Amino acid sequence: MPHSARRSGRAFHESAPCHAEAHWAEAFPRPEQGVLTASTRSLPSLLSLLFSLLSLLAACAAPPAPQSAGLPTAATPRTLTVFAASSLLDAFTDLGKAYEAAHPGVTVAFNFDGSASLRAQFEQGAVADVFASANQKEMDTVAAAGLVVSGAAKPFASNVLVVILPADNPGNVQTLADLARPGLRLTLAAEVVPVGSYSRQALEKLNARYGASFKEGVLANVVSDESNVKQIVAKVNLGEADAGIVYATDARAALTLITLAIPAEYNVTARYPMAALSAAPNPTLAADFVAFVLSPAGQTTLQKWGFLPVTP
Amino acid sequence: MSDHFLPRAAMRGKSVWVFVLPASVLLCLLGVPLAALVWRTAASDFMPSVFAPAAFDAMRLSLLTSAATMVVAIVCGTPLAYGLARWRFRGRAVIELLVDLPIVLPPAVAGLALLMAFGRRGVLGPLLGGAGINLPFTTAAVVLAQTFVAAPFYVRAARIGFHGVDAQLEEAAYTEGANQWQVFRYVMLPQAGRALLSGAIMCWARALGEFGATILFAGNMPGRTQTMPLAIYLGLERNLGVALALSAMLLAVSVVLLALVRSLENR
Repeated sequence: MPHSARRSGRAFHESAPCHAEAHWAEAFPRPEQGVLTASTRSLPSLLSLLFSLLSLLAACAAPPAPQSAGLPTAATPRTLTVFAASSLLDAFTDLGKAYEAAHPGVTVAFNFDGSASLRAQFEQGAVADVFASANQKEMDTVAAAGLVVSGAAKPFASNVLVVILPADNPGNVQTLADLARPGLRLTLAAEVVPVGSYSRQALEKLNARYGASFKEGVLANVVSDESNVKQIVAKVNLGEADAGIVYATDARAALTLITLAIPAEYNVTARYPMAALSAAPNPTLAADFVAFVLSPAGQTTLQKWGFLPVTP
Repeated sequence: MSDHFLPRAAMRGKSVWVFVLPASVLLCLLGVPLAALVWRTAASDFMPSVFAPAAFDAMRLSLLTSAATMVVAIVCGTPLAYGLARWRFRGRAVIELLVDLPIVLPPAVAGLALLMAFGRRGVLGPLLGGAGINLPFTTAAVVLAQTFVAAPFYVRAARIGFHGVDAQLEEAAYTEGANQWQVFRYVMLPQAGRALLSGAIMCWARALGEFGATILFAGNMPGRTQTMPLAIYLGLERNLGVALALSAMLLAVSVVLLALVRSLENR
């Protein structure tokens, strides 16, 4: 149904200019004919104009059709929409390609953003098949709103935090202790973003090693609360920030950066849950994609990008 | 310039719907979201959100930075607009283009351009760094971003205002022995004053709404670089109430500013 609607929308869109031209000529008679004489013929012209306008709008509003639309294919072309945490960008792009290769006719469309942004998008009515969050909290919020069957979310990966520095280390950061040195320019994610909350937890733990005011000192150096982890990578990559706290996987994906490890006893493990949404347009495909990510092949791809297997 | 209206007779008959229906579509598109915003804000617990520290910090910062932007625009933009309106020189067209460009340039482009110029790794970064100036992520960066995006609105209005001053008045003043400054101060400024004021208000309104250039160039730090539009953007994830309250406030301010500009232009 959406396909036929889209095609008819396209057809009107294409024919709109000539329709409009013909009717405009009627609606705007030469001055000597007078305005009122044309009024009787203007209603149908107006309606067709309005209709072409609306179908144009509909054509614009429709999601982009997969390239294969209209061509005869064995399977009906379908688009699987996956909302995934920013930190999953590289790994999930890979997984999406592998999934598309194994399922002809299926296009995997991703929306990568901070998990909190994604959750907010769901709350505002965004439609998707799968949600992969970087923390349990956002998944629980989405489930509490009835958008995901509660308890259906499955953990599929975990991740740890590292500190990243620009290649030339302008802030001369040698140890984690340097993060609290006054004047250093640090970027973290906002506390509402999972990595931002994990970072603050890790800093809290690091107080045990560097003194009770360590976290406070580090937070005083924060120059920007970013809305997703890739923004932190970008600011550090540009050299605008001296340091940032991101996931180990983001550090691995950004090869030019210096990475400073956070010892395991102070680190925080991020656990990623994913689930098909209750209102998924493609429920079977959604469940299948979740199973694919959990399969050995999916897990291997995730680990290739630095994700850790889920620890029980 | 008098407004020309069609006689009432022309507003009768079926043909009028050719205009009314499409126009209503657009009017609904413009009106319904704003009405919905006001409705939702009124329905939410409005007052505590307005006085939430996050909202208050953003308001304070927005007022401060947009006021600074307006001062920069007036102090530097008035002479520029005067020169563009009154002097003939080689390259004037290029300067006019440069001044008008930010009006149509996407603000995100402006933000990236500012980063490439004034960022630590930017073209002027080492120079500024040597002088101990580090712009990105500071309140000054917010003002810079706002000025880049909003000052052209003032310069444009001021240029048109100066241009509209009767040349004979100016000539008369010169004949009476006034110098350039006196002509500017006692002839041009009073004559173009209304245009300057409405330009300054448009500039302020645009600065108040700046988002794209700010988040790219200045980052997002509550109390330091998080202006109202940025707080609205993050508020959507954190606290919808604060986002709604700030949005309604900006809407109200925009209405008042626009009404001011209209009354200045119609007087």
